[in-house]
Amino acid sequence: MLTKSQAKLFFLAGTIIFSVLFLGLSYDTHVNHVANQPYEKTITPAVIAGKHLWEGNNCMGCHTIFGEGAYYAPELTKVIERRGEGYVKGLLMSPTPWGEHTSGRKMVAYGFSEEDAQYLVEYFKWIGTVDLNGFPAKPKYKIEKNN
Amino acid sequence: MKFKTQKIAYWFFLSALGLLALQIIYGFIMGFAHMGMDGLHDFIPFNTARAVHTNLLVFWLLLGFMGSAYYIIPEESQNELYSPKLAYIQLISFLAVGVTAIIAYHFNWWEGRKFLEIPRPLDYLVVVNVLAFLFNILMTLFKGKKQTTTALVLTMGLLFAALLYLPGMIWFDSQTLDSFYRWYVVHLWVEGVWELIMGGILAFLLIKITGVDREVIEKWLYVIVGLTFLSGILGTGHHYYYIGAPSYWLWIGGIFSALEPLAFLAMALFALNMYRKGEKKHPNKAALNWTLGAAITSFVGAGLLGAAHTLPNVNLYTHGTLVTAMHGHMAFWGAYAMIVLAIIAYAMPNLTGRKLYDNNLSRYAFWLSNVGMLGMTVAFGVAGVAQVYMERILGVDFMETQKEIEPHFLVLILCATGFTTGVTLYIINFFNHGKPTDEALVSE
Ligand code: HEM
Ligand code: HEM
Ligand SMILES: [Fe+2]
Repeated sequence: MLTKSQAKLFFLAGTIIFSVLFLGLSYDTHVNHVANQPYEKTITPAVIAGKHLWEGNNCMGCHTIFGEGAYYAPELTKVIERRGEGYVKGLLMSPTPWGEHTSGRKMVAYGFSEEDAQYLVEYFKWIGTVDLNGFPAKPKYKIEKNN
Repeated sequence: MKFKTQKIAYWFFLSALGLLALQIIYGFIMGFAHMGMDGLHDFIPFNTARAVHTNLLVFWLLLGFMGSAYYIIPEESQNELYSPKLAYIQLISFLAVGVTAIIAYHFNWWEGRKFLEIPRPLDYLVVVNVLAFLFNILMTLFKGKKQTTTALVLTMGLLFAALLYLPGMIWFDSQTLDSFYRWYVVHLWVEGVWELIMGGILAFLLIKITGVDREVIEKWLYVIVGLTFLSGILGTGHHYYYIGAPSYWLWIGGIFSALEPLAFLAMALFALNMYRKGEKKHPNKAALNWTLGAAITSFVGAGLLGAAHTLPNVNLYTHGTLVTAMHGHMAFWGAYAMIVLAIIAYAMPNLTGRKLYDNNLSRYAFWLSNVGMLGMTVAFGVAGVAQVYMERILGVDFMETQKEIEPHFLVLILCATGFTTGVTLYIINFFNHGKPTDEALVSE
């Protein structure tokens, strides 16, 4: 039968072994993999300014990016590809809540300046270049709406 | 209770329940918004409601854990708390920081990173506060007559939780690295060190309630927390599938996170077996219900519903949908909310001397809140699965899909009403105990 000290050993050994493995893999991911990706070298000051705006306004409190965030508003990883730059800039600069008349759900009317809207667009464009192991998956079907 | 300073726990429990009530109000705001009724938008937009809802959750659970430690550590180490004054200062300052953050979210002041929204300057205050808490607990432990396994596991969980908060405070220009280290906090908390806290509280409760020999209970406690780290640490990989991390995380995360339910299964079997084995049946039925309930519901909410979307080929479609919200609710509820409610239910009669062990109020509180939460989980689940099929497989636009699944949020709100009634009864029952008093001291 298992004794208490064997159980303790199991706990301590497991904790140490798996912590070391995890830290090693984190190092590999960070230093050998992510830092070497071509797109990591294209993080311009505009992209960084966009990321500050993204966080400063908690956009993730409604949307997802890389599938992380809230489930109230659309996933934005490929938003430029889907909507185009002009559309995105337009809604970011809109003085009235976006979506007000179409969906019942409203986006905060940020009314960003042209410059800030451009930073966010640069951020989204950069996001769109990251290799995400196939996310978001392309839907299998293409459904038409009946009117 | 056995030591006067255990009374401090009461104030932590009281604050925790207050914040739980507030958390629920913001939950309703979001539930209605999902139904298309976003009337409060100008004052409390969705992102504010969400940050408040989830931060209050984490906040009241931490208060609950701290209160548990202030109750358990003196009793386990057979020693008064090192500094009651520090504990009160720590409580008040912790509340002040939390309330400031919550107010800040209403004025667009935050750091919009999911679950870690607290503005940076306040982060530092949280760190100082938690250090003060840990100092107090560690001093009590080391000055005490005994250092039991239960006390050590609980303290280790709290200590590691504090350490793991730090990687979440680093700025990265790259969204991938930002997210990578954010999970050091979020995942390694709930699927790692918080399970130590839960295990410690659970072991304490089982020792008290079932009367099974401490050595037996603590042996299994080691096995459980061993399983937690064996699976949960590399299991972090289930958040690294689709954020720009290398593809080896697909199989590492897949395999190890699929093992994570084992720790929760072990916890459920452990609690049930100890209950069956126990000779002494403690009259506090309410505490027994919540204790066994936590062990079982955490297995369902965290273990089974987590495993349901943890494999990479499933997660590719469910990642970031309402399926995640389904799991998030029952997991947090079953594992952490219920264990805090269990220790409160156990501690209150001991702190106040009023033995409300087995009344109708506490029975209705237990069943209504749990059945309500089960219903909410089903509502989120149905909405989530429908969302996955429509949006991710059939290619229907996001907003069009959301329009179609609105009715499920009516069901959510109805079940949430039942849930809220249960929680309200729990809080009424809490107040019915009155205040803690030295007259409730017993020597055993
Ligand atoms: C008590 C323990 C647990 C709690 C409180 C919990 C809570 C949560 C929460 C709140 C999220 C959303 C996180 C976010 O997107 O920021 C999440 C995500 C997730 N959880 Fe858990 N969880 C627990 C245990 C587990 C377990 C044991 C598993 C696996 C067996 C699991 C699998 C997952 C997966 C795969 C996701 C990602 C969903 C997605 O891609 O959107 N969880 N969990
Ligand atoms: C009246 C009760 C409640 C209602 C109506 C409610 C509703 C909601 C809604 C609508 C969301 C946002 C989903 C989104 O981003 O679109 C949410 C998020 C969340 N709630 Fe609640 N909630 C309630 C109670 C609770 C309780 C008691 C807990 C914990 C025990 C909890 C934990 C969470 C968590 C962890 C999230 C984040 C989930 C994720 O990101 O995957 N909620 N809630
Ligand atoms: Fe996780």
